[in-house]
Amino acid sequence: MSEPTPVPGQPAGASIGAPAEFPPASPAGRGMFGVAGTGDTSGFGGLTRRHPALLDTPRPYGEYFDEVVDALAEAFPGFQDAIERVVVDRGELTLHIKPERIADVCQSLRDDEALRFELCSSVSGVDYLGDPEGRRLHVVYQLTSLTYRRRLRLEAAVTAEDPHLPSVSRIYPTADWQEREAYDMFGVVFDGHPNLTRILMPDDWEGFPQRKDYPLGGVPIEYKGVEIPPPDERRSYQ
Amino acid sequence: MTETGYASARETTEGKVFTVTGGDWEDVLAGHDPVSDERIVVNLGPQHPSTHGVLRLVLELEGETVKEARLVVGYLHTGIEKNLEYRNWTQGTTFVTRMDYLSPMFNETAYCLGVERLLGIEDQIPDRATVIRVLMMELNRIASHLVWLATTGLELGALSMMLYGFREREFLLDIFELVSGTRMNHAYIRPGGLAQDMPDEAVRRIREFLAFMPTRLHEYENLLSGQPIWMQRTQGVAVLDVTGCLALGVTGPVLRSAGLVWDLRKQMPYCGYETYEFDVPIRDTADVWGRYEVRLDEMRESMKIVEQCLDRLRPGPVMVADKKIAWPAQLAIGVDGMGNSLEHVAKIMGQSMEALIHHFKLVTEGFRVPPGQVYVGIESPRGELGVHVVSDGGTRPYRVHYRDPSFVNLQAIPAIAEGGLLADVIAGGASLDPVMGGCDR
Repeated sequence: MSEPTPVPGQPAGASIGAPAEFPPASPAGRGMFGVAGTGDTSGFGGLTRRHPALLDTPRPYGEYFDEVVDALAEAFPGFQDAIERVVVDRGELTLHIKPERIADVCQSLRDDEALRFELCSSVSGVDYLGDPEGRRLHVVYQLTSLTYRRRLRLEAAVTAEDPHLPSVSRIYPTADWQEREAYDMFGVVFDGHPNLTRILMPDDWEGFPQRKDYPLGGVPIEYKGVEIPPPDERRSYQ
Repeated sequence: MTETGYASARETTEGKVFTVTGGDWEDVLAGHDPVSDERIVVNLGPQHPSTHGVLRLVLELEGETVKEARLVVGYLHTGIEKNLEYRNWTQGTTFVTRMDYLSPMFNETAYCLGVERLLGIEDQIPDRATVIRVLMMELNRIASHLVWLATTGLELGALSMMLYGFREREFLLDIFELVSGTRMNHAYIRPGGLAQDMPDEAVRRIREFLAFMPTRLHEYENLLSGQPIWMQRTQGVAVLDVTGCLALGVTGPVLRSAGLVWDLRKQMPYCGYETYEFDVPIRDTADVWGRYEVRLDEMRESMKIVEQCLDRLRPGPVMVADKKIAWPAQLAIGVDGMGNSLEHVAKIMGQSMEALIHHFKLVTEGFRVPPGQVYVGIESPRGELGVHVVSDGGTRPYRVHYRDPSFVNLQAIPAIAEGGLLADVIAGGASLDPVMGGCDR
């Protein structure tokens, strides 16, 4: 006999919505567990993380993106030389810029009448450890045009051995602290920054915590001298 | 100088250094020679009630005039962004909600919008979930502005405002507790929808709030607006015009008090804000007074939106239909607090082995997010809250960066404080509404 376990009354608060059964799943979720072939559903079966391929998006880019790229090509003489790649993904435009030209490109983006990216919303870093070219440290700039209500992302990649690129704090004073944070966390050196010091970490901190190869600490526990391994060495799903 | 106790003084290479603990200014003055030392450097903070948390201001003073102001932040850095990289996507909300602790709903929504855009499920989010998100965000905006009004009142000498502001916020926190189970740090908004549905009781409580709040707001306006001290402390103080705001990246009520209509809810709408009717209040005084008036008006506009949300609430699911993403547990508040709904527990434990496996997989491993990066900006009570989310196709975020408005806006303090009076540093700093939890992350 397999009578369903009796439920002691309706829990308060679950009276409306949230039905237990929904229509069948949509294609978006297919393969989210990443299992293919082996039938190993444990997740520990040596599955490796995929690295996103950086591909040029072919024209037309759609939305306002063509217009922005054309306007920049007109306003900025060294366009072909400075732009490495144009990527349109998920309705967002990313321009990959040669690191040494980033400040010049920002100047044009801010001042040209057809572009007018007045606001630098955000500057941050991403560490793509294992980048085949070795340019693993990416600095990502999110620019906003209040005039045209547009957004644009710039990305500049440098190596960990020579992590130098010009500061944009002269063009966007708001980048001051944000560049300091990128320096603090990733060790990217912004040449020409007025005061490139640590901002969130203590002044005497060693290393750059947000880098992917920054050593993480384990947790010593009082049991036969065992230590809980650091998070990146624990058994985990890939 | 005293040998022991208060205001101990010592000589350093940079001059005489006093350690002031309060109530000992006589000693400092006695030890200070106004003829030879015109400038003194005062460390305001990091532990000081007027700086909204652990913010340190290094002020160089000539008399009462601030010659130079420099800020030191980072005292509340907790490495949330790094921590996120070692938790699955759903657990992320539990972390981000703790960043800016006065606007947790905004942190959660911005993060979830980013994850949803990466997953490509933006248009599958059920209407009810989106309406409740907007509802929670607007209630949170009122709560946050109330804290601003309360603390700024406290700092500028209107102590009763502090009590009233926190009293009303408490009512809102009770509503949040009723809806999400916690007063703060809710982790209520999840990738794909919400953690649980809103109980009917909450609608009644929100209507109650909407009924009494306009009168209360009117009282506060009566309490402060005509008051000579309040006017003198705020009008013409800490002026920052539109050019200055944009150069320094300052957004939100501060930018709107300078006269620019820039509200992401209107200009770059998300969560269906374009379908709600509300105004974007602005002023052109660009001072503390303008920011105060803008925030008062914003609370009224938020109440309009909340009202429209309540009218739009229709029964329905609050999580995407896609079972590979939707959190399997149906949470419910039972007699012993919040937990998995008994119905759900009965199903996975008693009826369906597959449902149990699915629950286990989704909770321990989580779902995978296709590789790529997105940036989502939403209008938090303090300005543009931006989230840059990067995925490498795994079950955990590869990188999440928060562009927190408190962090960016604080850069404006030297611009608004230098050349002014020491007392105006407090008024000006407060008018930016910095929250250090968000600033230092």
